[in-house]
Amino acid sequence: MNKHWYHYLWIWSLLYFGLGFFNILFSWLGLISFALPLIMAIFFGNKRFCNRYCDRGQTLRALGQLGFSRRKDMPAWMKGKAFRFGFMVFFFGMFGSVLYTTWLVYSGIESLQQVVSLLWTFHFPWEWAYSGDVSPWTAQFAFGLYSLMLTSEVIALVTMLLFRPRSWCVYCPMGTLTQLICQAKSPNLPE
Amino acid sequence: MGERITKKLSPRYAVPDRELCAACGACEDVCPLGAIAVYQGQFAKVKETLCVGCGKCVRECPASIIKLEVRA
Repeated sequence: MNKHWYHYLWIWSLLYFGLGFFNILFSWLGLISFALPLIMAIFFGNKRFCNRYCDRGQTLRALGQLGFSRRKDMPAWMKGKAFRFGFMVFFFGMFGSVLYTTWLVYSGIESLQQVVSLLWTFHFPWEWAYSGDVSPWTAQFAFGLYSLMLTSEVIALVTMLLFRPRSWCVYCPMGTLTQLICQAKSPNLPE
Repeated sequence: MGERITKKLSPRYAVPDRELCAACGACEDVCPLGAIAVYQGQFAKVKETLCVGCGKCVRECPASIIKLEVRA
């Protein structure tokens, strides 16, 4: 396999989580990973982001090459449409919850929670990463997005270890959504 | 002189399951001949005449939906 510049995009993942650890506001950069695949799917009708430019995909590929994956088959239910669509709805529901919490803080109904939640269950204090320089809602969204990105990264890494390197890509909510967009743009493709 | 050169196709080639494909592009990345690619962001498609049946895509596909089949 020829090495291309995008094979090094795993560095972006490291930078993202590293910078967010020290300053939570960097987690806003995660919106790039939300916007780019959608732009490519909506305007160009392709999944080039998943194929090449996804930093998580490149991280999983690189770790797989280093031998961290058992390279076993995924269970059939995990690659079925029910799970993929169900996980997509759940994931974007959780993103909606992040937006809702941000709105509550913005409107003064709730106060800023300086915690990072892992797997929507375990809450870790993260006060050192916010110095109070920006409005609380900006920080609240950053904490929420970082939690979501960290949780999905952990799930991706676990399935990489258990199954094949890019198992996450099979049920990645953004991948499923962009595939649906591409199908809507070009229905009834020939064999 | 006058020798007829014919391209011999390998006996096997990769066949992805279009219905189950997540179009992640993992196969595209490892194919040494560029014989497999995600088509219109929807599913992996193989150029049968280019595929030599090396099986790299079969081993890489996270959903294990690519099989090697014998050419008809």
